[in-house]
Amino acid sequence: MTDSFDPSAPIYLQLLERIQRQILRGDLKPGDKLPSVREMAIHSGVNPNTVQRTYREMEAIGIVETRRGQGTFVTEKEAILQSMRETLKNKEISRFVEGMKAMGYTHEEILTGLSIYLSGVKGSDQE
Amino acid sequence: MIRLKQVKKRYLNKTALRGIDLELVPGKIYGLIGANGSGKSTTMKLIAGLIQPTSGHVFVNDQPVDRRIAKVVSYLSELDEFYGFYTVEETIDFYASQFSDFNRKKADAIREYMKLDPNSKVKHLSKGNRGRLKIVLTLAREAPVILMDEPLSGLDPMVRDSIVKGLISFIDLEHQVVIITTHEIKEVEAILDEIIVIKNGKILAQENVEDIRVKEKITIVEWMTKLYEKDNNE
Repeated sequence: MTDSFDPSAPIYLQLLERIQRQILRGDLKPGDKLPSVREMAIHSGVNPNTVQRTYREMEAIGIVETRRGQGTFVTEKEAILQSMRETLKNKEISRFVEGMKAMGYTHEEILTGLSIYLSGVKGSDQE
Repeated sequence: MIRLKQVKKRYLNKTALRGIDLELVPGKIYGLIGANGSGKSTTMKLIAGLIQPTSGHVFVNDQPVDRRIAKVVSYLSELDEFYGFYTVEETIDFYASQFSDFNRKKADAIREYMKLDPNSKVKHLSKGNRGRLKIVLTLAREAPVILMDEPLSGLDPMVRDSIVKGLISFIDLEHQVVIITTHEIKEVEAILDEIIVIKNGKILAQENVEDIRVKEKITIVEWMTKLYEKDNNE
């Protein structure tokens, strides 16, 4: 079974974010070929037209490049991948902060909470 | 392209459709959704040429629809209408002999995907496997129009999942238009392009499902419930 999508948000955007995460994690590397629209549709259980829209969107941002007759590839342009990394980071942070604010935490509480939490996490890049 | 113009359908003393207009284009998967008795199956049968409208017009590829439209319309009935004494293989052979657009190779590929034993007698198939066999027979035709009336009803979640996946794998959206009626909106919402909501023989709405999620930020079920309630209050 495939992971399900949030049925109240546009699927093409959720798929877009999913693929971006795969790139960040390194599951998809710069220059890697993406599955064809059809393969991706079958694999994720969504409409092929939706996948097409996701691919078009990614192409517009520059994350992927379509080569005629060959398929769709993750870009090798470092600047674009870097800016994607930034964008996703900011998105995730704003999601977190909005959630904390909604529960009534102050900036200070969030900051101290975060740094205490982070000092307790055995981060892989600290070792 | 499928077009319905001011179509009304009355059965003896019951009105099934009260003047509906529809336009469906190739390359899309449509969900025709509505409560029991809302007119879903009637609409499907009209497009399949199995019944005639009381008034109004139905066109498929600019041709007025009659019984001969079966040549270009692959129709999955909500009923079971197999010969029980046939095996799966023989049933496929029979369908291949009836429709010139039946792709035998594709039928075998779908049958294998659905894990159906070609030598099983149809009368010994479980309900789920009969549902799968219907999918094999419907999708193996290279018809421009695919109609599926309740392909998921009464089947367990695993069978429903295999049918939905099979659908994406084996339809050819460059050349086909697919219409599905179902109660299981949650199972199909990710594969639909557009949803058509029907109630009491009238079309309440026809919308792109992604547009609904973008604009309304609610699920398709919630959106449809709102439409039904709004109509109740009018």
